[in-house]
Amino acid sequence: MKLTVWTYEGPPHVGAMRVATGMRGLHYVLHAPQGDTYADLLFTMIERRDHRPPVTYTTFQARDLGSDTANLFTTACHDAYSRFQPQALIVGSSCTAELIQDDPAGLAEAMGLPIPVIALELPSYQRKENFGADETFYQLVRHLAGPMERTARPSVNLLGPTALGFRHRDDITEVTALLDEMGISVNVCAPMGATPADLARLGAAHANILMYPETAEAAARWCEKSLGQPYTRTVPIGVGATRDFVDEIAGLLDVAPRLDTSRLRLPWYSASVDSTYLTGKRVFLFGDATHVAAAARVARDEMGFEVAGLGCFNREFARPIRQLAREYGVEALITDDYLEVERTIEAAAPEMILGTQMERHIGKRLGIPCAVISAPMHVQDFPARYSPQMGIEGANVLFDTWVHPLVMGLEEHLLHMFREDFEFHDAAGASHHGGKAVVRETASSTPEITVPEAGPVWLDAAERELRKVPFFVRGKARRNTETFAAEKGVAEIGVETLYEAKAHYAR
Amino acid sequence: MSDHLPPPPETGCRNAPLLKERGQREVFCGLTGIVWLHRKMQDAFFLVVGSRTCAHLLQSAAGVMIFAEPRFGTAILEEGDLAGMKDAQDELDREVARLLERRPDIRQLFLVGSCPSEVIKLDLAKAAQRLSARHAPHVRVMNYSGSGIETTFTQGEDACLEAMVPELPATDAHELLLVGALPDVVEDQALQLLADLGIGPVRCLPARRVDEMPHVGPNTRVALTQPFLGDTLAALERRGARHVPSPLPFGEEGTTQWLAALAAEFGVDRDRFERVTAAPRARARKAIAAAAETLRGRSIFFFPDSQLEVPLARFLTRECGMEAIEIGTPFLHRAIAGPDLDLIAPGPTLSEGQDVDLQLDRVRAARPDLTVCGLGLANPLEAEGLATKWAIELVFTPVHFYEQAGDLAALFARPLRRKELLKVGAAATAQREIGA
Repeated sequence: MKLTVWTYEGPPHVGAMRVATGMRGLHYVLHAPQGDTYADLLFTMIERRDHRPPVTYTTFQARDLGSDTANLFTTACHDAYSRFQPQALIVGSSCTAELIQDDPAGLAEAMGLPIPVIALELPSYQRKENFGADETFYQLVRHLAGPMERTARPSVNLLGPTALGFRHRDDITEVTALLDEMGISVNVCAPMGATPADLARLGAAHANILMYPETAEAAARWCEKSLGQPYTRTVPIGVGATRDFVDEIAGLLDVAPRLDTSRLRLPWYSASVDSTYLTGKRVFLFGDATHVAAAARVARDEMGFEVAGLGCFNREFARPIRQLAREYGVEALITDDYLEVERTIEAAAPEMILGTQMERHIGKRLGIPCAVISAPMHVQDFPARYSPQMGIEGANVLFDTWVHPLVMGLEEHLLHMFREDFEFHDAAGASHHGGKAVVRETASSTPEITVPEAGPVWLDAAERELRKVPFFVRGKARRNTETFAAEKGVAEIGVETLYEAKAHYAR
Repeated sequence: MSDHLPPPPETGCRNAPLLKERGQREVFCGLTGIVWLHRKMQDAFFLVVGSRTCAHLLQSAAGVMIFAEPRFGTAILEEGDLAGMKDAQDELDREVARLLERRPDIRQLFLVGSCPSEVIKLDLAKAAQRLSARHAPHVRVMNYSGSGIETTFTQGEDACLEAMVPELPATDAHELLLVGALPDVVEDQALQLLADLGIGPVRCLPARRVDEMPHVGPNTRVALTQPFLGDTLAALERRGARHVPSPLPFGEEGTTQWLAALAAEFGVDRDRFERVTAAPRARARKAIAAAAETLRGRSIFFFPDSQLEVPLARFLTRECGMEAIEIGTPFLHRAIAGPDLDLIAPGPTLSEGQDVDLQLDRVRAARPDLTVCGLGLANPLEAEGLATKWAIELVFTPVHFYEQAGDLAALFARPLRRKELLKVGAAATAQREIGA
């Protein structure tokens, strides 16, 4: 047993849901107890999807335990097939169903449905979300794809983008445009946007772009071995990596490397004098291995930061991350315990954190600026605007995102110059962090002159009652009540007046 | 008493036929109750014994709260724990000892059962006894199950409170016990109203701290503030306490009737009752009227979620002039919901349990003006052009009693007003334009 409050990754069946929800024409029948449907809201709320994830849960309850659960599973499969008419079905167990030992694979096979039914073995007590996504996609590819004639034009598949992926939506657009400039077309992008029928066409591509190793490395390896398709090792996040990526793909497909940099602004922005203050800023990087590795290179080589520490939460990538850390002269932190991350960050005392949603909160707690570079993320990291991480525009996005939390150059300069100033002192922080700024107390401060206010007086009980109102609307409640009291000619505000006003302004 | 409202229907829905469904249920499990219970019980810690899924659920439900040193966590079962049972108990002892060492402020510890721990039949009751003995007298350890196989959403609170009942000290005093975790501001208002009526002493379950635990005995009178507390009520009745049935205190009518039932029980005279309730009732009516303008004549459809559906349907149909099409509830406790059902005019389908796809077929056919549902369904239904009110908010937001009656109505009016305000069309339309 291990005591946990926060987990970086969900259970593996959530990874399978990410694959299923990213795809179309595929349905997932998940043997799971009532309540596991909570995972739906990750997709409908965090990613703001406008349809339900294509998942049917058997939702067994205590009274079903025994022979009935197998029956429930078969019924759920039947209903899902006849209602949704998918091209293929994936079936599997959640953590609880794993314990009751029904056999979704055998049960589904015995049903003889006229579509491919793919059984998933996702060990919930050993593995996690990313494994679930990678394994599910691998099983789908293995069952559905086969060798076939290559397209006449050079083409590739994009492998790895899923639902709930960090900026996957816009990365697809950016990479597709990048390839298009080189005259390379995208055969299939999967799982995101693909149907099972599309997976059957994977073999027509000349090579694969492995966009996210966490979710598609097993599939890419299988395609290399069984379909003879080489896959890219470079993830095009950052200027240098994008250039390397273009060279790599040009080599694989025997086309001329071409990269339109007319809209690339990171190198100039980074070189401009206002960025000088970024030099040697100590950053700590944490997240999934792919984004951390890419961010480390950008941080050091393209932004001029010093990498003060790095690590990842997905143990599957411990080895490459350890090796990378050695190259940067730091020790790798491989852990899924956010308290350990917090301790390490505290010890490294960086000036900035590049991490996940958790590191954002750690940063807030320690007073260190932070930008989010990796999943897990919250709803604000599924932005409405175009904001890829990959390619040319991705580099521009990275520059803005990472610089923004830092104190602006000139502002920092002022802070140093007027270190003892009553407004511009260190503890006052950056001007755009509104609430925190504190005026320094000075011995010679003039005694406060309170101007007697003409207006109603708050009685103690009402003042206490007002404090029970949530802080973010308390100010409004106070103003409304005072206006109301003034209008009514009430001199003293009691609890009654407070609620009279509340009723008056009720909407 | 409620002269501005329509007279109560001659026959309500108490004996209306109930559509019972079984199938896929789109609901939370009882573990979710921890998210609000731990805010109420200030010296309690909730330790879930479960899987990574349980931890993931809590973190998804608790949102950003997870970072404020929350008083809940999950002991995640690992492969080793599943192999041998004895081992699991030792592991639990070790984790609990570590936890209590780190959090000496904790006075009550709840071991919360989950689906995995129930299925492997990990004996948490025994563990609670053993740990209670080991950490007495400073910490009391209790246990209940919040598993999805046994509990739906708010039933987690019921299971938790039920587990506390046998631990409550005995008394013979004629006292009132308010049962149900309410936001502090709401609880204070209720206590003030009862004090003004001269009803007392009044105690609350759950109490804010362990040393304020209520007593219970044959002269205890129980008033429920939430509809989902059937098992707790039964446990209290086993200890001799008696329930004072009434509609639940939502809206002006609900609050007044709830108070009136207690006034009758405790012999409060009519004049005093009128004197105490007249002003807040007038305020509540006025506050509701603003939102009711938007709601009047609109139809509403409830998916099952919290068991609050029945009393809320009563409030919305009677005090806001809405028309209920279907009132879905995960579980219908007729003795508790009866007084509310009496006030709902026949017409709406009353359903218990769920087969979500069939229920979605019904909501699409009915096309209600407003649909109350969970977050997994809300955006997909909005994309189909149906206005929704997500249900979880009703459990977290202060909505009970007079002063919140306007807020409660406004929660339902807001999505409708928003829909009228937005001129650019639904997200789904925009996506179709590009996606074509």
